[in-house]
Amino acid sequence: MSAPDLQTPLKRARGLGSAKDGTHHFIVQRITALALIPLTIWMITLVLALVRADYARAHAIVHHPFAAVWLTAFVIATFWHAQLGLQVVIEDYVRSRWLEVTAQLAVKFFCVVGALTSVLAIVRIALG
Amino acid sequence: MPTARPLSPHLQIYRWQLTMVLSIIHRATGVALAAGTVLLIALLLALAAGPDAYQTVRAFCASWLGMLMLFGWSWALCFHMFNGLRHLLWDVGWGFEIPRAYLTGWTVVAASLVMTALIWACVFAQGGAA
Repeated sequence: MSAPDLQTPLKRARGLGSAKDGTHHFIVQRITALALIPLTIWMITLVLALVRADYARAHAIVHHPFAAVWLTAFVIATFWHAQLGLQVVIEDYVRSRWLEVTAQLAVKFFCVVGALTSVLAIVRIALG
Repeated sequence: MPTARPLSPHLQIYRWQLTMVLSIIHRATGVALAAGTVLLIALLLALAAGPDAYQTVRAFCASWLGMLMLFGWSWALCFHMFNGLRHLLWDVGWGFEIPRAYLTGWTVVAASLVMTALIWACVFAQGGAA
């Protein structure tokens, strides 16, 4: 017969992580999704305005403060949302632990570098 | 993880139905859109770099491969946005009944196709890309 378990539920839960941020991923995914609805619709109109634009015209469109701000918001929300979504896809389908960690890191690095590159490009266009 | 427990039936067993197809497409379009951000980065970098770089990106977008990518990307964006809206409605507890889940599902399919058509109508009304 095994010894009776004298640990309290609290002792057993300690060290296994806080439950306070358990819904953080879910909530941030929804917040970025909500933000992306108007931003995406606006982004489509921006891209349509660029269809026939030469360099000077395209530069002027993105150079406008309003466009630069919304484009920055779109880019940050997009890469944030993409990271959260790709993370779940990798968690669900990649079975090898090594491959999973590598893929998670690759996705995080890609999204951060993608967001930084885009924002700095927008800043250069906005100030140039 | 080897286990003796019975496994749930997988894709080969289930009869295909709209709700599961849309769920799969939602993930697939999400991954495709994440890959498509490379083009967004390229466009912004080119615009920041100068006329020559911008012309290169424009030429690529006007090529048949570029047009194909843009077309697929535009539909993926519309679908993911409309189906994402459907997910947000589920998140507030609306639309779980089977008939309603099917109705919203077909609505998403129709809306994504109509919006994609509208986008490309705007492109071709301007005389085509680039």
